[in-house]
Amino acid sequence: MSVTYIDAIRKAMEELLEEDERVFIYGEDIAGKFGGAFKATKGLADRFPDRVRNAPISEDAIMGFAIGAALGGMRPIVEMQFADFGTLALNQMGNNAGAHFFRTGIPVNVTMRMPCGGTPGGGPFHSQSVEALFARYPGVHVFTPATVADAYFMLKQAVQIPDPVVFMEHKFLYRWLKADSWLEDDPLPIGRARIAREGEHATVVAFSAMTPEALQAARDLAEQSGYELEVVDLRTVKPLDTDTILASVARTGRLLVVSEDFPWGGVAAEVVSRVAAEGMHLLDAPPLRLTSKESPIPYHPDLWRAHRPSAATIAEAARYLISL
Amino acid sequence: MRLIRRGREGIMRDVSELKEAALRAYRAMCMARAFDVKVSSLYKAGKIFGGVFLGKGHEAISAGSAVFLKPGRDVYNPFIREMAGRCAWDESAVLETARSYFGSVHGFMGGKDGNVHWGMPAQGVPAPVSHLGAMLSVVAGMMFAKRMRGDRDCVGVANIGDGATSVGAAHEAFNLMAVEKLPIVVIVSNNQYAYSTPNSQEFACESLSDRGRGYGMATCECDGTDLLQTLGVMQRAIAAARAGEGPQWVVADTLRMCGHGEHDDASYIPDEVRAKYAQKEPLAVARRQLAEQGWLTEQEDAALQEEMREFVQKAFARAQREATPDPRILDWNAVSWKPERA
Repeated sequence: MSVTYIDAIRKAMEELLEEDERVFIYGEDIAGKFGGAFKATKGLADRFPDRVRNAPISEDAIMGFAIGAALGGMRPIVEMQFADFGTLALNQMGNNAGAHFFRTGIPVNVTMRMPCGGTPGGGPFHSQSVEALFARYPGVHVFTPATVADAYFMLKQAVQIPDPVVFMEHKFLYRWLKADSWLEDDPLPIGRARIAREGEHATVVAFSAMTPEALQAARDLAEQSGYELEVVDLRTVKPLDTDTILASVARTGRLLVVSEDFPWGGVAAEVVSRVAAEGMHLLDAPPLRLTSKESPIPYHPDLWRAHRPSAATIAEAARYLISL
Repeated sequence: MRLIRRGREGIMRDVSELKEAALRAYRAMCMARAFDVKVSSLYKAGKIFGGVFLGKGHEAISAGSAVFLKPGRDVYNPFIREMAGRCAWDESAVLETARSYFGSVHGFMGGKDGNVHWGMPAQGVPAPVSHLGAMLSVVAGMMFAKRMRGDRDCVGVANIGDGATSVGAAHEAFNLMAVEKLPIVVIVSNNQYAYSTPNSQEFACESLSDRGRGYGMATCECDGTDLLQTLGVMQRAIAAARAGEGPQWVVADTLRMCGHGEHDDASYIPDEVRAKYAQKEPLAVARRQLAEQGWLTEQEDAALQEEMREFVQKAFARAQREATPDPRILDWNAVSWKPERA
């Protein structure tokens, strides 16, 4: 039996609700028979009617409410309907939850689920990758799972970690990404990047939906040219596992960072900056970034495919990097 | 019980039952005023970092709400002019606020944040952020947690000003409180100025009660400078919220007897408005009311003022002597959890 990325997220929430009475889920359209815009909470309100609750369309207040509930000893999981709307809760997450431990010594145990990233036809306001906006606030962890097993394991861990966690779940992966099971024998701890594929010619750092694209690019390139890409899946963009990235760059001498976010700033810029600062001597060629275009995300599927990095453009960029 | 209709002030009870609350509230008001006088002089002497925010003119409504609350059971969310309420909640507020201004390592913030931002969330006072309206939904969440954990008979008091009612976050939170029927009393202290902006440029509805009614809350207006009236209104609103009648909305008219902060001379407040402040000065009104009821003699009042001055003086002297944070040893990490490294 195969399970999908969204099955894993739903399963993780179901178990969290079963295991811990302090856990509750709060968000727009998540309760009743409806079960959320993406059906991530389908059926959960039947089993846990008090702890799967509909909220008014009030992203700021939803997050503030979660902060208050966490201060009162609960472990809220907030579902934002789309990550694009989650930016309306940026103040609560960054300035309130994120600053709280530093200011008071009391961590705020909130998990904010953010359905993010592009899908065909999503357009400018239902497609964005906002991990960098949240990650720039001190005090916030940002998870970006790229596998079914990580979606399950990392969501469960997000609720165990006492600090605020932004959990970026990619909408394209929801039903496209499948695995035999959400269970892994020996999951990597949170904060550790994974070598998703070993290779000797260049390191490709990716996360979220760019990880499967990078893996496809690596397979294509190996078949077409014989070059072997090492793919590092960040898993969490904050904390950022620079140890694993630098160790990989030390082996390959070349770095390509792929992100679905816009080019200005962002995780790709952060990774390149850290490798340049801490590992310039390891590089045999200038580090390269591949991101979406510097424009809002377009609606038409043909434009959308051209706007974001894909297996083909990643392979092309890697080929160029290796030629340098 | 005898009820007295008083027009827009709502229902006044026979005040005799308010004696104990009134005396405690008055003590907190005097404590807060003594604090304000001291912290203002320290600011003018250049002894305080950053801003200083006073509660002059807000003392009656501020103390008159917190005096009905119990630390550990209830929630009290101060706004920037709530020193009297903080003192009515717990008199340690004087030392803790002094520590907060000086950045003492023994304070709740340890110098990492300061002034009126300090809180003690475990006891029911969240630590406010500067973004107006952002704490209202936090109070809602705190009361929801109490409901989920089976704590009954608790209430949350959420303070806000006239200006903050225009903030989107406040609107979201008020609506959410009403939808969840949470036991919260919202106090809108209207001192007629949001920093320098008068009510006429802040909202177009006739009264701020209109906003409360729009959320489906029970609303009430009172003269927030009148201690006995304030106590009657707050006692009733808090009882209604505790009894499960959902959030209550209290608009209290107050005075801006100070600048937004001590850096601000408030020259935008017209002289004719200021001239009326003297008659409504909350401490003077309360002193007169307590004397009329025969609850406080002149000698007792004089002794109380002296006690408060000394109490405040000692707290500042202690906070000022305490160690301040050492940047060389501070853990700058803003998270409580760190990953295992390979």
